[in-house]
Amino acid sequence: MLQDCDRIFTNLYGQHDWRLAGARSRGDWDKTAEILLRGRDAIIDEMKASGLRGRGGAGFPTGMKWSFMPKVSDGRPAYLVVNADESEPGTCKDRDIMRHDPHKLIEGCLIASFAMGSHAAYIYIRGEYYNEHINLQAAIDEAYAAGLIGRNACGSGWDLDVYLHRGAGAYICGEETALLESLEGKKGMPRLKPPFPAAVGLYGCPTTVNNVETIAAAPEILRRGSAWFSALGRPKNAGTKIFCISGHVNKPCNVEEELGIPLRELIEQYAGGVRGGWNNLLAVIPGGSSVPLLPKSICDTVLMDFDSLRDVKSGLGTAGVIVMDKSTDVVRAIARLAQFYKHESCGQCTPCREGTGWMMRVMYRLVEGRAESAEIDMLEQVTRQVEGHTICALGDAAAWPIQGLIRHFRPVIEERIAAYRAGPRVATPVNLPLAAE
Amino acid sequence: MSGSAENIGDGSTATHNRVDPEHFAFTADSEAEIVKILAKYPAGREASAVLPLLYIVQEQMRHDTGSAWVPRIAMDFVAHRLEMPPIRVYEVATFYLMFNTSPVGRYHLQICTTTPCWLRGSDAVVAACRRVTGIKGWHETSADGLFTMSEVECLGACVNAPILQVDNDYYEDMDASSTSRLLEALKRGEAPPQPGSMIGRLTSAPEGGPMTLTAAER
Repeated sequence: MLQDCDRIFTNLYGQHDWRLAGARSRGDWDKTAEILLRGRDAIIDEMKASGLRGRGGAGFPTGMKWSFMPKVSDGRPAYLVVNADESEPGTCKDRDIMRHDPHKLIEGCLIASFAMGSHAAYIYIRGEYYNEHINLQAAIDEAYAAGLIGRNACGSGWDLDVYLHRGAGAYICGEETALLESLEGKKGMPRLKPPFPAAVGLYGCPTTVNNVETIAAAPEILRRGSAWFSALGRPKNAGTKIFCISGHVNKPCNVEEELGIPLRELIEQYAGGVRGGWNNLLAVIPGGSSVPLLPKSICDTVLMDFDSLRDVKSGLGTAGVIVMDKSTDVVRAIARLAQFYKHESCGQCTPCREGTGWMMRVMYRLVEGRAESAEIDMLEQVTRQVEGHTICALGDAAAWPIQGLIRHFRPVIEERIAAYRAGPRVATPVNLPLAAE
Repeated sequence: MSGSAENIGDGSTATHNRVDPEHFAFTADSEAEIVKILAKYPAGREASAVLPLLYIVQEQMRHDTGSAWVPRIAMDFVAHRLEMPPIRVYEVATFYLMFNTSPVGRYHLQICTTTPCWLRGSDAVVAACRRVTGIKGWHETSADGLFTMSEVECLGACVNAPILQVDNDYYEDMDASSTSRLLEALKRGEAPPQPGSMIGRLTSAPEGGPMTLTAAER
């Protein structure tokens, strides 16, 4: 089990002062200039050696991402953009960082911007996080006033401006190129890649988009060394991670733990166990709504890291762990996610725009059982036609939860269909969405 | 639309008729705010300020009229100010859910019903909101003009589910009775309680107190 001394986010719950004085007492902004003096290449090499993988869901190695930025400017400015548009159902970790540990994020912005040759960092925070944005802006203002950012930040000779920008309620803006579009004042519709943002990003300039947790972890990693970080977790799945445990547990909570912690230990140790005991577990969505759910048999033994979860055809995603006990109508739980993706599809690509609505409507019929058995396979086929056929990953994210449901809970759907056929028709609690909407 | 049985409107509750104001102009306070906002973006990239300016419109409308929304004439004003074609502002204002393009009640109740909240009982929160406000369907406003009720997708506070967002504030760990108490207090004109957990827990820590980070501040 992870010791408190190895935790990065030491004010996760806001027990302590989140302002500059409190942050400094917890070690933030300690000799930041010395870190910058190591130079760009040394910082990036250290980040690579730490094994940190992006904490926003995709798990791309952070040091490598930073190294994609041009070493020499062609005259265009470079930008760091922090993705604080936390909207993946089941996920609420960046919220705690921004309201309780904002200085870790701001210090991370300075280090990451320096390492990528950027003098401006934009933090794109979801609009609903109004109170969180107040804290974060206050922390930015404090950092400017103390000379930690702005001109000659921390006395390092590097200039950095940090700007906070609020989104306005669109899940799709968590997709990095949609986020850039939004930041430019447009609808959040993803861009085709290539070109990748490191070549053509914000305002057509080289840009790196990183998740809040990734950036906020960087200062501690550089201060304590890559060896410390990479010794935590499992090979290729290094370090610690904030897990968000929601749903049918006795004590839902956020907690920072090592990657590779067994799912069962995570739930029982920190979240008070599954409601009604472990044997009352039905399924867990281990990494935010976009990843396929896992039945109890897999949950018994699976480890919580990128590769272990990929091996069981799911994913770590954002580490938003959604727990469902045996009282759950699992078909309806997934149908509600299908509704989510239908609502959040930006409408740009036909397979997603049409497919998410189609999948949602079929899912809600399956909740009732008002379907033919053959439609289960047809639904599965349609998910395959959406997956991989869209500009961004929202189409994939809409397809995977349904695929997981069919893979692990097909008998439940078939029973539902059989029961509907057998009647008698009971008044259904489900209100069917209209075909047109 | 909704799959959660909550979108039936029978018209018995008042829905604000959309009445666009004839004039719109930013107040001095808003203008001061706009200057600060425009300084964030490079010259020639003023369009980046469209979301912040639409927020200013909405807040100014809340302040001036008691209803936080963005009238079409204000979109035109923003377009002019940022030298954008008006259609680009309309697109943005209608793409992003947080801009109300028609008037809302004094309090905007935004109930998350996405799976993590649903698993923790968001149906009971929705039912309590309907009972206290008399609102039948989504996006309707109560007869007294106090409340508009909207279904929203994941608010990103899932370990404190279910969440009821009232204007800018999250009320967390809700159930039917805490929802009723909150709305009744608002109805009586009392100051709303402090946002956050309604069961008294410390933010996202487990109920009963943190299991980690228990040492004194280092």
